Amino acid sequence: MREITASTITEQVAEMCQEANIYLGDDVINALKKALVDEESPAGKEVLKQLIENVEIARNEKIPICQDTGFAVFFVEWGQEVHLTGGSLEDAINEGVRRGYREGYLRKSIVGDPLERINTGDNTPAVIHTSLVPGDRVKITFAPKGGGSENMSTVKMLKPSDGVEGVVDFVVNHVRESGSNPCPPIVVGVGIGGTFDKVALLAKKALVRPLGRPHPKPFYASLEQRILKEVNKLGIGPQGFGGRVTALAVHIETFPAHIASLPAAVNINCHVARHVERVI
Amino acid sequence: MKVKHLHTPLSDEDVLGLKAGDNVLISGVIYTARDAAHKKMVELIERGEPLPIDLKGQVIYYVGPAPAKPGQAIGSAGPTTSGRMDAYTPLMLEQGMKACIGKGLRSAAVKEALEKNKGVYLAAVGGAGALLSKRIISSEVVAYPELGAEAIHRLEVKDFPATVINDAYGNDLYEEGIKAYAR
Repeated sequence: MREITASTITEQVAEMCQEANIYLGDDVINALKKALVDEESPAGKEVLKQLIENVEIARNEKIPICQDTGFAVFFVEWGQEVHLTGGSLEDAINEGVRRGYREGYLRKSIVGDPLERINTGDNTPAVIHTSLVPGDRVKITFAPKGGGSENMSTVKMLKPSDGVEGVVDFVVNHVRESGSNPCPPIVVGVGIGGTFDKVALLAKKALVRPLGRPHPKPFYASLEQRILKEVNKLGIGPQGFGGRVTALAVHIETFPAHIASLPAAVNINCHVARHVERVI
Repeated sequence: MKVKHLHTPLSDEDVLGLKAGDNVLISGVIYTARDAAHKKMVELIERGEPLPIDLKGQVIYYVGPAPAKPGQAIGSAGPTTSGRMDAYTPLMLEQGMKACIGKGLRSAAVKEALEKNKGVYLAAVGGAGALLSKRIISSEVVAYPELGAEAIHRLEVKDFPATVINDAYGNDLYEEGIKAYAR
């Protein structure tokens, strides 16, 4: 059986925390450049230019793209032929977050109790979603999530009779109501199906898919394009100053549903759509 | 694009000269405050006790900056969502605050209070924290250090860029923008 030490996980996680927060992925940078071409509003164009310049400053000076360096969210796919030695996975990841956020001068944004609200001082604990998969590899995806866009997220238990139109209306209306709050241009993560808890996770998972990669099923790929088109008719535009590009992408993830249910969820990401992936 | 230069503290005339959609460059001293600092300040106001900073003519920036690296004045420092401060803003305006900088929608009560107290709501580009940090020359914690990133910082800014969203005449750039581009 292959062995991986907890300290290896910690080191990788510490690096990923800094990498994701300082270097925006090419997928997102390309989407911003395309948006600059597509945008018609002068104020919107000016915002997009500043966002592209901001990404360059962050990269050159090795400082975070956005001061909100997020809740540390992880998706871990653990190969079932791998044995972890020297500690627990949760402790190893949290230690990596602690180290990465301290060494990278990243903001510590987590309060230890949601009502008492005292900062934990090290950005832990992380939110960790772990799944066991076949094989002897471990894949870690890290997606720090800003509070402003996370707040503009929602779940609704639609009726099966609401169908495709119900889902489209739900998503588009939600983006309309969110307006300028989640730092548009946004990425819209949509979950459809499963249960109340599952659908929210699907929407979150949709946000770690590289921008520009459509859903593998043609039906959902075209639904993604349809919703994107509808969202971009809203006129909100970059930063809500008015314009054509309100969203850079719409990603849908689905799961089978109960005969009585059509759950849908929207998880919005800002234009700093951070996600990095490593296979160990 | 027309740009107006503002020097803090602001007067009524400065505010009345601004219209929704104007781009401004702010220079001088401004103060940071977000959720936790607002809560503390409003509690003081309600008890009739003095505030840690004088709000007369002041500009409040809704930001929780990232820590500064050695040699930096401040870490990344972009605006946070303003709506969370809606409950506190009318009281802050009554205390003499002239402008606040954030991003995102404001409540009807805030817009009314801006008109009544001759105030203005500005947006900086959300998510452009690295770029905006370059316009901040110095940063010093002046109150509530225990709040970390949420402490009140005194910032010295030079040509800090912002856009007027809600002016003192009831205009709203977010509404005008959507009206112009929705289809």
